[in-house]
Amino acid sequence: MKQTIGFKLNGKKVTVAINGDESLLTVLREYLDNTGTKYSCGLGQCGACTVILNNQTSQSCITYVDAFENAEIITIEGLANNNELHPIQEAFVAHDALQCGFCTPGMIMNSYGLLLKNPNPSREEIISEMEVNLCRCGSYNNIVDAIETASEKMFKKL
Amino acid sequence: MEAEKINQLYFSDVNQPIRYDRRKFLKQLGKGIIVIFSLSELSLLQGWSQPTNARNEEIDFNAYLRVKEDGRVDCYTGKIEMGQGIITSLAQALAEELEVSIDMVDMVMGDTKLCPYDAGTWGSLTTRFADPVIRAAAAEAREILIEIASEKLAEPIGNLEAVNGSVFVKGNASKKIDYAALTKGKKIVRSLTKKPEIKKAKDFKIVGKSVISTDALAKVTGRAKYSADIKLYGMVHASVVRPRIFGSKKIAVDASALKNFNGAQLIEDGDLVAVIHSESEVAAKAAQSIKITWEAPESKANTETIFKYFEDTITQSTVFEEGGDLEVGKQNSEKIVQADYHDGYKAHAAIETHCATCYFENDKLTIWASTQTPFGTQKELADTFKMPLEDVHVKQIFLGGGFGGKIYNLQAVEAAKIAKISGKPVQLVWTRREEFMYDRFRPAALLKIRSGVDSFGKLNLWEFDIYCAGTRGTKLFYNAPNNLTRFFNKNDVHPFGTGAWRAPGNNTTTFARESHIDATAHAIGQDPLEFRLKNLKDENMIATLKLAADTFGYNTPKKEGHGYGIALGEDAGTLVAIISEVRVDKSTGEVHPVKIVCAQDMGQVVNPHGATVQTEGGVTMGLGYALYEEIEFDGGMVETRTFSNYPFTTFSKTPKITCVFMDKMNAAPQGGGEPAIICVGGSIANAVFDACGARVNRMPITPKRVLAAMPL
Repeated sequence: MKQTIGFKLNGKKVTVAINGDESLLTVLREYLDNTGTKYSCGLGQCGACTVILNNQTSQSCITYVDAFENAEIITIEGLANNNELHPIQEAFVAHDALQCGFCTPGMIMNSYGLLLKNPNPSREEIISEMEVNLCRCGSYNNIVDAIETASEKMFKKL
Repeated sequence: MEAEKINQLYFSDVNQPIRYDRRKFLKQLGKGIIVIFSLSELSLLQGWSQPTNARNEEIDFNAYLRVKEDGRVDCYTGKIEMGQGIITSLAQALAEELEVSIDMVDMVMGDTKLCPYDAGTWGSLTTRFADPVIRAAAAEAREILIEIASEKLAEPIGNLEAVNGSVFVKGNASKKIDYAALTKGKKIVRSLTKKPEIKKAKDFKIVGKSVISTDALAKVTGRAKYSADIKLYGMVHASVVRPRIFGSKKIAVDASALKNFNGAQLIEDGDLVAVIHSESEVAAKAAQSIKITWEAPESKANTETIFKYFEDTITQSTVFEEGGDLEVGKQNSEKIVQADYHDGYKAHAAIETHCATCYFENDKLTIWASTQTPFGTQKELADTFKMPLEDVHVKQIFLGGGFGGKIYNLQAVEAAKIAKISGKPVQLVWTRREEFMYDRFRPAALLKIRSGVDSFGKLNLWEFDIYCAGTRGTKLFYNAPNNLTRFFNKNDVHPFGTGAWRAPGNNTTTFARESHIDATAHAIGQDPLEFRLKNLKDENMIATLKLAADTFGYNTPKKEGHGYGIALGEDAGTLVAIISEVRVDKSTGEVHPVKIVCAQDMGQVVNPHGATVQTEGGVTMGLGYALYEEIEFDGGMVETRTFSNYPFTTFSKTPKITCVFMDKMNAAPQGGGEPAIICVGGSIANAVFDACGARVNRMPITPKRVLAAMPL
């Protein structure tokens, strides 16, 4: 039996019919066609599926309806304001902090969550917070640089 | 090509482009100025291509470009983008020669209908072989545009020049005509008839400058599409039922529990058993309800016994290189050093698993697949279904990492079979667990080396037996007059699929060679840097090593518990020298990389920033195979099935990495995606020895192995 639930996705209210045991990742990608969030391990071990749920980072492949019903969710699709990139996205482009790009949405969303709670993190704090996100192409050092740049830009604005 | 044949290719040095049958192509092209580049008998190796006497409709080419009526340029190549950055560097080379801004170039890649045949994206071949082709084609297009402009402006060709998408009369900036106006209403097709004027390095405006990836915007916004991001009307998701042991044969299927899953449908085709459903999670759960009785092959070796198994089983060898007389080498040596080296199986572990989305319509198959070989996939699918090649269309799509693992296309064949049987559009996304079994792993290998050195520190003897790692990059660049390199291999010696893994075989052989060179230096009490400089025969390698040593500050005193390690190697035309600094915790055996310098002689560097990203990426990935990565198994039972028991390099394990390149702007560009990674294992092993005296001859260099090798 399907049940209809609702939550806020990138600022807009959405309702969706679910079986009740799906992950948030499946709901986003398959039912709502937001394919920017990626599947990679399905066990919360790689960070590719990271989204923001009620201002906290959440690995959507292991997040279920109890957690996401009526929640406020932000995905990679919700960061840019029209065509204006978010400062984190801008910094990822400027530092070319990506190669194949598959881990990138998860990296950016985890950075977003980090800067929400700690707008001016040290390099060590960035590394420690980002540690769960895997990048097989080896762009880690550029990603840390990008987060530092984004933090500087956002922090000055605050 | 069959997997065995492909592997032979990947594990050897590739020094020339590979030619294939001619294909008819021109009739389907639209208007504009089209330049195709012929690969004829006189290959690119000798400079540029020569005219062929081929009929117009039958031309050998592997890339072409089209200046369109709006002045934009499409560049068509069968190569694919998987993070190695050629979508940017190829556009850069084209823009340079055609005199347009890089923003005016659209790369159309890896689409079997739109692009000319290409054997696949691997072996760091693109920049070596596709880049010169594209440059020449762009230079030719520029000359055609100037010819047309000459008529339109009634000016002699010599008075004209192309700048930024327009042709100008020299010295009169107001008299010009842009490419769009020149191309309007025209269809001109040319193949190269003469060696076009290619720019010299001093005239470069775009090549040699750092350009940010042209696909970055799509990737930071989530708009970049990968094979699992394609959604088709009426599409179902497939989930394959797998055995626990690789190579098992199906005996019986009990699908009685499937009735509990409304809408789930069983698909059976030989050993392929799958469930389809309109929702992926239901398909996955329904597949788990199916009970299959499998007949599993018997285990012949496990993680620990595999090396002995190789030595006992593989008796056939071929000589790869030999020189002098081994007996003379032994007699003239003051010290003989002998050791065995081991390397375990490694997964590619791309963050994107293997995926395919496909549909049949009017007996034609359209597929998006995460593949490094779109044309190979096309052929494999056409053969599977006994269809004409042109009825299989593999579409352009981004890949979430490849590293050699997406040369093989089992998931595409499975998805297409399921689509054919069900009559529905199908998406198949391998789970991480499937990926950790059906990935074709980098093979485990055994390497046996004996070296001899005289009292002056000159190498006299080098005997190298390579089991299962191939000969790519093993041509001896040290001066050892009496030498023998042999390659031992046998089909079906591995308990599961193996294949090409970023710089196939070369990571393993370079680890063994460079560890052994170090051990030999220490055996006669010489510094490893000095010993290498004394015994290298290639000036370019010496210069690359010196660049690495200077950049690193090799003579800087070390902190307590720290060590420096050097490794040299050659891959895809590029020379590599890496020096690593590590800190070893002597009580736990843990190795912490502190600093790594990578120097490369890679010829002309097209995009210095892109080359740095690739080099740094290779070094970062390389730390994984050197220190952490190993597939554990017992026969076909793979025990390592998740990221949590297959750790690789993470943020906190990445040290400061510095990449430097020899200044060779007038030389031909060489490989960039793979070379750097080959020297990581050897340099780390040597640094560990320098730090604590533990010579670990087996990768990964785990804390346990360091402690076991630590001197008392």
